[in-house]
Amino acid sequence: MNFPVELKYSRDDEWVQMIDDTTALVGISDYAQSEMGDLVFINLPVVGDAVTKDEMMCDIESVKAVADVISPVSGVVAEVNEALLDAPETLNADPYGAWIAKIENITDFAELMSADEYKEYRGI
Amino acid sequence: MKLIFERGSAEQHLTLLPACDVPEVHFEQERQKELHLPHLCENELTRHYTEIAKRVHGVNDGFYPLGSCTMKYNPKINEDMAALPGFTKIHPLQDVETVQGAMEALYTIGESLSDIFGMDGITLQPSAGAHGEFTGVMLIKAYHTDRGDLARNKIIVPDSAHGTNPATAAMCGFQVVNIPSGEDGCVDLDALRAAVGPDTAGLMLTNPNTVGIFDKNILEITQIVHDAGGLCYYDGANLNAVMGVVRPGDMGFDCIHSNLHKTFSTPHGGGGPGSGAVGCKEFLKKYLPGPIIVKDGDKYDFAYPEKSFGRVRSFWGNFTVVLKAMTYIMTLGKEGIPEASMNAVLNANYMMSLLKEKYTMAYDEICMHEFVMCLVDLHDETGVSALDISKGLLDNGQHPPTMYFPLIVHEALMIEPTETESKESMDEAAETYLKLYDLAKTDPEALHAAPVKANCRRLDEVGAARNPIVRYTF
Repeated sequence: MNFPVELKYSRDDEWVQMIDDTTALVGISDYAQSEMGDLVFINLPVVGDAVTKDEMMCDIESVKAVADVISPVSGVVAEVNEALLDAPETLNADPYGAWIAKIENITDFAELMSADEYKEYRGI
Repeated sequence: MKLIFERGSAEQHLTLLPACDVPEVHFEQERQKELHLPHLCENELTRHYTEIAKRVHGVNDGFYPLGSCTMKYNPKINEDMAALPGFTKIHPLQDVETVQGAMEALYTIGESLSDIFGMDGITLQPSAGAHGEFTGVMLIKAYHTDRGDLARNKIIVPDSAHGTNPATAAMCGFQVVNIPSGEDGCVDLDALRAAVGPDTAGLMLTNPNTVGIFDKNILEITQIVHDAGGLCYYDGANLNAVMGVVRPGDMGFDCIHSNLHKTFSTPHGGGGPGSGAVGCKEFLKKYLPGPIIVKDGDKYDFAYPEKSFGRVRSFWGNFTVVLKAMTYIMTLGKEGIPEASMNAVLNANYMMSLLKEKYTMAYDEICMHEFVMCLVDLHDETGVSALDISKGLLDNGQHPPTMYFPLIVHEALMIEPTETESKESMDEAAETYLKLYDLAKTDPEALHAAPVKANCRRLDEVGAARNPIVRYTF
């Protein structure tokens, strides 16, 4: 499994890539996609909606389960990756390329870990 | 196999109709296209359904320990009673004077269920479990709305809950707050205390919980929610472990749904329809869906609760299903109902003790009516997953247990034998599980290839979910 060092990771298995001080891309980690198995559906967040750290941002569905994507930041949804609607399998194939949402006006962060800390947290 | 539309021919007919002895009527707007109806003679038709019946596996075919589903045997006396002409040859719109017997039956099971639930009011309208959940949570909503307490917009659901719980809360217009379970799979009291507040509408919980453990803190849990001003909803999914032994009402719950098709032995799983009776405490009775049945002296009548939030279903629910559940309760009686639950718990513990010889238990302690095995170690060592073991079971004529649920246990297999399995059938089933465990270690490829004897090999689940074909094109 791959965990790019330039990203930060949440305890709920989301990654955060900062674009500037208050804007970031978020997605799910390689570990999350591997645990979920083949993803078949994503419910994207709505542009303009506020998201809150540690609260549900949207949900994903695999043949095994439905899971909430927990927001790693508090902010406002600026953009969503609509390509995922037709191709949720991209989350499996390229979890770090397949960003879910771009969040702006970030005011707060969940507890975030470095790649090494996250790997230790997940026992990988 | 062929679909019913692909069998027969235009020349085949089901019935020989006598010559028409009334004038033929032609509609002004004639149908433009021929209807695509199957054309089969009776013989072909019975063959079609017999072929389908041969390809399914039900509890009448073999062991069916689908955890959290209570696939118990459905006694055939239930069918006999529900088929009595006095129940089947009546109409829901008949004058109440002429259907007093049917109404007495509904009233009677309402009383029995209220007794078992520890509740004061009941509705038999909901068609199945999730519909019952919806009705229960709507009661909570009606209560808060009626008091003008509109700030309560959150429902708390533990992370081990059935997926229908958060879906129900969302359907009722609430926000879902997920709280993590503790190490023991039970509610984390600190997490619950942190989650409740003036915005808490209620908590949805099963007890025993989804990993088959009775939450010993249940009185404290319901107290925490009540202290915060919320109500407690009991998901009856696991009622089979405790019926007649401990009552959800006494645990502190305010309302409950019960799947009559699980706990009270009415057909289940494709054989439904189901029934999701909902019970509530006295203070919620006035919000129940109407009409409900009331008794005045020897007479039964329908009445609308004072502040009913409305109907949830046409007429009186799945009437004959309710009758089957009533038959079950009356057959077992006050002694038999708790005995059934105790045997369900005994059977689960017996089966767990047999499987513990090789399999790792997610929670290695005395369980209630079901238990969860964790196959992570086996998977790491041999590459054989919970799915592969399940496919191997198919080759051995058994229905696999629930797999990959609850989500908090990885590589989970969740087994619920129910009280209706004999020691012999459990011994035989356990032997197969242990044999497959050994096979995983010696010949993992054999399990990766399973099933080889079932009607279908591995199905393309991903393809079916991503590109479902749900329409037959003529």
